[in-house]
Amino acid sequence: MAHFDETAKPFSEQWLDDRLGVRTLRRVLAEEYWIPKDINFLWAMGMILAVTFGILIITGIFLVMYYKPDTVLAFDSVNYTIMQEVGYGWLFRHMHGVAASVVFLLIYIHMFTGIYYGSYKQGREMIWISGMLLFVTFSAEAFSGYMLPWGQMSYWAGMVITNLFSLGSLEMNGIVEWIRGDYVPGDAYLTRFFMLHVFLLPLVIIGVIVLHFGSLRIPHVNNQEGEIIDFDEEATKYLSGNTKDAKIIRFQWDFLSKDFMVMAFFLIFFFYLVFYHYDFAMDPVNFDPADGLKTPAHIYPEWYFLWSYEILRPFSKDIGLMAFGFSQVIFMLLPFLDRSPNAIPAHKRGIFFIWFWALLIDMIVLSVMGKVPPEGSFTTIGLVAALTFIGLWVILPIITKFEKKA
Amino acid sequence: MRELKILAVVLFFTGVIYYGVEPYAHAQMHKHVEGTEFKYENLKEVEKGNASNGEQLVMSNCTACHAISAKGMTAPMDAVMSAATYGVNPPDLSNVGSIFDAKYLAAFIANPAKAANVSHKFVGGKSHPMPSYNWMQPAEIADMVAFLQSIAKHDLTPKEVFTDACGRCHANRYDNKVMGEKWTQIGQKPKFKYEKDSLAFDIKVIEYQDSLIKYMGKLPPDLSMIIRARGHHFLETFIENPQSQLAGTAMPAVGLTEESFEKVMQHLENIGDPSKPTRDSMGVWFLLYLAVFTIFAVLWKKSVWKKLH
Repeated sequence: MAHFDETAKPFSEQWLDDRLGVRTLRRVLAEEYWIPKDINFLWAMGMILAVTFGILIITGIFLVMYYKPDTVLAFDSVNYTIMQEVGYGWLFRHMHGVAASVVFLLIYIHMFTGIYYGSYKQGREMIWISGMLLFVTFSAEAFSGYMLPWGQMSYWAGMVITNLFSLGSLEMNGIVEWIRGDYVPGDAYLTRFFMLHVFLLPLVIIGVIVLHFGSLRIPHVNNQEGEIIDFDEEATKYLSGNTKDAKIIRFQWDFLSKDFMVMAFFLIFFFYLVFYHYDFAMDPVNFDPADGLKTPAHIYPEWYFLWSYEILRPFSKDIGLMAFGFSQVIFMLLPFLDRSPNAIPAHKRGIFFIWFWALLIDMIVLSVMGKVPPEGSFTTIGLVAALTFIGLWVILPIITKFEKKA
Repeated sequence: MRELKILAVVLFFTGVIYYGVEPYAHAQMHKHVEGTEFKYENLKEVEKGNASNGEQLVMSNCTACHAISAKGMTAPMDAVMSAATYGVNPPDLSNVGSIFDAKYLAAFIANPAKAANVSHKFVGGKSHPMPSYNWMQPAEIADMVAFLQSIAKHDLTPKEVFTDACGRCHANRYDNKVMGEKWTQIGQKPKFKYEKDSLAFDIKVIEYQDSLIKYMGKLPPDLSMIIRARGHHFLETFIENPQSQLAGTAMPAVGLTEESFEKVMQHLENIGDPSKPTRDSMGVWFLLYLAVFTIFAVLWKKSVWKKLH
């Protein structure tokens, strides 16, 4: 038994510190968790993502109290019980639906910030990989949640996406039936996706968030110039009172006060969408009840899946599936495909700067082409954009290998 | 300054992707149909008719099938029997004079299938359940229209318009708030004390729907959530002329006046999106609160960062 203060009053700070090490925890995780000072508002996206995830969890808890995972009852439990009978149920559903869409906007901003500033290399590989794991689990969470209102788009998107698991010409229809629990999406399918959405996937997400936060603590957050900071030296400067010259700030409250400010601006934007501009996140087609005998004229995924959907679509079945698989894993490999010795912002990296914007614009083109009907010039543009996407990743190791050390 | 530049870049690309996947993509998916504001300019003007002459014509030509409750005339058959006979229950004529456009009414009396733009349904010996009255003089038809207009109420509620214009083909199951259980094609389902009576009513609804399916080809959709499932512009142009949005559909052009259309929309919103008024007014307060919150957040950040710069 280590030394402890026997006179400390129960639950006083000393008493808790002796038992839980709260002072050490506070020092390591908050007050002397050093963040570089040279950052911009994009560095707040992590906390804003955490807040949005919090909104999803809290609104989700209220929604799950009234939702019925049953093909006969699901549609009315969402559109009648929750939207009309439950007090402010419509507000909770709108917040949940809009947050589910906005969370992906934030994830993409967060991702592209990481790519731009080179925050995935030289010790930060695990941050990137755990972040991409979060992207995958959030995608699964979004897809499973989209099934629940049991509207036309729930049903038909579920049909199309689960069909992918037959793996094209391999025709492994047994796997598709196994996933659905039926030949077509039905009651077994809805109930298991409900379980995934409200239990298993949130559990996994929370676990990976902990890993993601943890992976950040040792290598520290990157800064705007990619400067390598001696955190011990700067910490001494800060703690001796020279806070103006120190290149670092405390996580609590220096960094958090800025996060809080950016969050406030974000919430204005978010609640504007919740009240007045929600159709982009709550597709009108999904307000038609699921009907297995009536295929909608246009089936498309939510906007955040469109770019990878368009990588699937312009090719023949098997090649499309392979291209789709490629697009799903390639981001995960970014730290190893970027061979440059530099972990600095893209505008200091010559040709990589062009690569970055080309990738961003290409993914926007893919997203738009993924939604419009695959006809005429749209098919050609989609095909070119899909090939460009693959090409960009193929040339990445080559262009970065020749990058000079800055 | 640098932060503002970065913000501009983020907002620009967010805006581009929004424009691309929402307004732009939807414009590619759905062809644009121009509305005509319920003017029915392709139909002939109706002269001013003689209502008392019209009354005689209506009494002798219409009441064999239609009720006119405003004149104390009941329908010869109940809704289920009528649907079994005609495919759909013929409407009560009391308020058709105010719900439907005069030009449309005249054109419909003369040739129902043509006016409703559903001639494609009545080929190969089939004919519209309502006979054409094109053997009448236009002046006589104008007299009947004048009579129907003279008896019609002009301050109909949104639900009354919906009942006559849509409610004989479309169920509206979320319409259960004021009285009864839900709107069915044969009217509001009452709250029955005994399960047996409730089931007996349901059987009548099913019998009615079976006739309707035979007549329309499929059961017309329940309209409970249609206000969220389709935009205002779609519903407006679809109701004006269903063929313009969905070629070959069995849904007739109904001939609503603009005022009646707005009342139908109001009813659909009351039933499918009753939180809209609260949403619109509450949102302002939310945003005001957050604006004040943001001011404090900025001030707090400034005070914390004073020692850092």
